[in-house]
Amino acid sequence: MTDQTDVAALAEQVPDGALVALPPDYSFVPMELIRALIRRGVKDLHAIAVPVSGMAADLLIGAGCLRVMEAAAVSLGEAGLAPSFTRGVQDGSLTMKDSTCPAIHTALQASEKGVPFMPLGGIIGSDIVKYRNDWKVVDDPMGEGNGRILLVPAIRPDVAFVHAPLADRHGNIWVGKRHELFTIAHAAKTTLATYEELHDGDLTEDPVLSAGTIPAMYIGGLARAVEGAKPLGLAGSYGADMEHIRAYAKEARTQEGFDAYLKREVLGGQAEAAS
Amino acid sequence: MADYSSDEFLISVITGLLPEKGNAAVGAASPVPGSAVLLKRELTGGALRASLIQGTSNNPFTDGGRELFDAAGQGRIDVFFLGGVQIDGQANLNLVGTGEYPALERRFPGSFGSPYMYFTVPNVILFRPEHTRRVFVEKVDFISAPGVSPPDVQRIGGPKALVTELCLMSFDRDKGRFRLESVHPGHSVEEVRDNTGFDFDVPDKVPTTAEPSGEMLGVLRSKIGREIAGTYPEFAERVLGYRAELSA
Repeated sequence: MTDQTDVAALAEQVPDGALVALPPDYSFVPMELIRALIRRGVKDLHAIAVPVSGMAADLLIGAGCLRVMEAAAVSLGEAGLAPSFTRGVQDGSLTMKDSTCPAIHTALQASEKGVPFMPLGGIIGSDIVKYRNDWKVVDDPMGEGNGRILLVPAIRPDVAFVHAPLADRHGNIWVGKRHELFTIAHAAKTTLATYEELHDGDLTEDPVLSAGTIPAMYIGGLARAVEGAKPLGLAGSYGADMEHIRAYAKEARTQEGFDAYLKREVLGGQAEAAS
Repeated sequence: MADYSSDEFLISVITGLLPEKGNAAVGAASPVPGSAVLLKRELTGGALRASLIQGTSNNPFTDGGRELFDAAGQGRIDVFFLGGVQIDGQANLNLVGTGEYPALERRFPGSFGSPYMYFTVPNVILFRPEHTRRVFVEKVDFISAPGVSPPDVQRIGGPKALVTELCLMSFDRDKGRFRLESVHPGHSVEEVRDNTGFDFDVPDKVPTTAEPSGEMLGVLRSKIGREIAGTYPEFAERVLGYRAELSA
């Protein structure tokens, strides 16, 4: 059975320098856990967006928790550019490994299968390939005359982060059709999950809910966090707080503005206690 | 002549480029292409399928973020839309930024799935309303997705057309060049030339882009506003005059 704990204790389980998988902003992001990681002062993370990120990545970048970002894109969507990401790349303080959506999905699927790499069509001729020393273009190894093809190495995150609408006492979590969360849970060494509501019963035994359930064997830590995805949304439960996200996009355009946001929205009492 | 807004006109131009059947997928933050696809679905009685990846409305995908790409790789997606911070005369797309990579002068979000969808979807429509030399450059600073490929790289997909606020162009994949197909009402070939940083083919006679018919505008406003509101409520209200609470 997976131990139940609190969000701060989950954050303690993420070592400095870990390779962490972040769901995209529309897919059940554990924002309360992200804020707890910043409060714990985690450092030198290598974050892999699956396959894009926004608020989660931008907060970690602005707070100085990330050394490397790997993503197909980092953006606040309709709220515009991700300010800390943009600043970090332009001033050279952040190392960005540019990728593309299917390459990230495929590299995680390689880890799901326990194979060292996977082939992927398309992509060749993109400058992304030119700057990715870890990717390789080979002639059709099957000798079937299919021309050149791209190989991408497996991505095996140390930790995947998920916020689930439901969890049960057995440590199973329910994420519905958000199957990229299945992929990251399968691919990562462990998954730390927060959840909204406790399901009374065993999710794996329910004929309807089991189809959207990630079983406890993949979950390394579990903590309840009510409204734990906010200001992002949780489809089926609550929408994204676009006003908050737009205000962040504006305020965080300068590092001073970001720091003010961080102190007010993330560090809170901790910042006051330290000063 | 019917009265219409610039967004309604662009929806009509894109609708005219869509096939009578198949599956048209639309990426995130694309209300104009999304409306065009939903309109064409209505006009074809559902023969053209609409697959929107943003939100829950008109979003048929149930297997996570990879499903769109896997479906495209299998040939299940016939139409997709891409844009770019810069687009050049060979239809190379740049979604990463301007200046010298990796530091860049201006960083944009990133390439998303463009270098895969461009290879796998037969009819990629490039949609970039801003028609300036800042966007349409001779050579992009970073190739997110190449417009053409050598013969030893498998490629079924690629650019079909380019829609801007000034004109409609087609793309010849063998020649690797754009061709001006029509100029929008109130604009001229000279204006297109002045605002395009790359060379393109111009036929002897360049027609004016067809305006939306009153009938098409009627369907767009009466039916598509409601449909697109499920994904883009603000756009549905501002552009198509649809307000969810009024229709209840």
